[in-house]
Amino acid sequence: MTRMMGAAMLVLSLASSAWAVIETYEFSTLELERRYRQLSQEIRCPKCQNQNIADSNAPIARDLRVVLHEQLEAGRSDEEILAYMVDRYGEFVRYRPVVDRQTFLLWWSPVVLLVLGVMVLVWQLRRRKSDAGTELDPDEQQQLDALLRRSR
Amino acid sequence: MRLSRFLPLVVFLALTGLLFRGLSIDPTALPAARLGAVFPAFQLPELASDELVGVDALLPGPALVNVWATWCYSCRVEHPYLLQLAAAGIPIYGLNYKDESEPARQWLAQLGDPYRLTIVDTLGDLGLDLGVYGAPETYVLDQTGRIVHRHVGVLDQAVFERDIQPFFAVSPGGEGLSAPEANP
Repeated sequence: MTRMMGAAMLVLSLASSAWAVIETYEFSTLELERRYRQLSQEIRCPKCQNQNIADSNAPIARDLRVVLHEQLEAGRSDEEILAYMVDRYGEFVRYRPVVDRQTFLLWWSPVVLLVLGVMVLVWQLRRRKSDAGTELDPDEQQQLDALLRRSR
Repeated sequence: MRLSRFLPLVVFLALTGLLFRGLSIDPTALPAARLGAVFPAFQLPELASDELVGVDALLPGPALVNVWATWCYSCRVEHPYLLQLAAAGIPIYGLNYKDESEPARQWLAQLGDPYRLTIVDTLGDLGLDLGVYGAPETYVLDQTGRIVHRHVGVLDQAVFERDIQPFFAVSPGGEGLSAPEANP
């Protein structure tokens, strides 16, 4: 029984590798294959706009995978390949856009929001602390005493 | 009354304005990366004659380059309008994109041929250089062969009059071409 369970687990764990588009490319080195995986997940399919070219079945995504494979084998650098894609399909194809005047907000707004959040938090905590520490002034103390006496 | 009380309201209104503006933006619209660039160089066969042609064959502009294929349904939809444009004197060049030549020839024989010539791009190499990501797409070339406009999707009279006609109205030497009326 446990052996069968083990076999089933093994089959299931292997099946996850079949989720991606099924296609085989031969790479001359493991390093090229690693870069292919990384770049194909980083290049966005122009047709089916919320997928990268690794996941998409669109013909244009297939074409771009072929080009990516060719260029990797031809010894192009990551920057050269991305520049080739951006040249043809625009900045849109990058899932990891470069930091420039158009995208600095995208890159830096999380940091700015975090800093703002911490500032608000500190400010609130300080205020609460100082609220808790206030003592009654003599007038208020007199009023309080009067009320307490009356209720007795 | 402290002003900071209204801060959530102000934030809410600002966010509403931002998101409301987002409703009217087409998220699938892509800026054409090749806009303003010279039409990429190529050496590809011409559909009718099988002779190699280059970018010189498209000049001088202004002219349209229409990316089409027999597997593309929308191309069939826009085809009658292309015939009208051609009849009105607009130079249109076909780019037969990732298609087979024999069905493509039959298509033009049956439906009519609006193209001055048709470039055969079986592998989609020129399409890739242009940044084509589907058919139909229509590019407008100016007189010197620079890409001045790209339209993705079906080309019809409304699109032509709004986006494309201005490029032809200013053609030197000509008094400007008017858009042909749609079929009654």
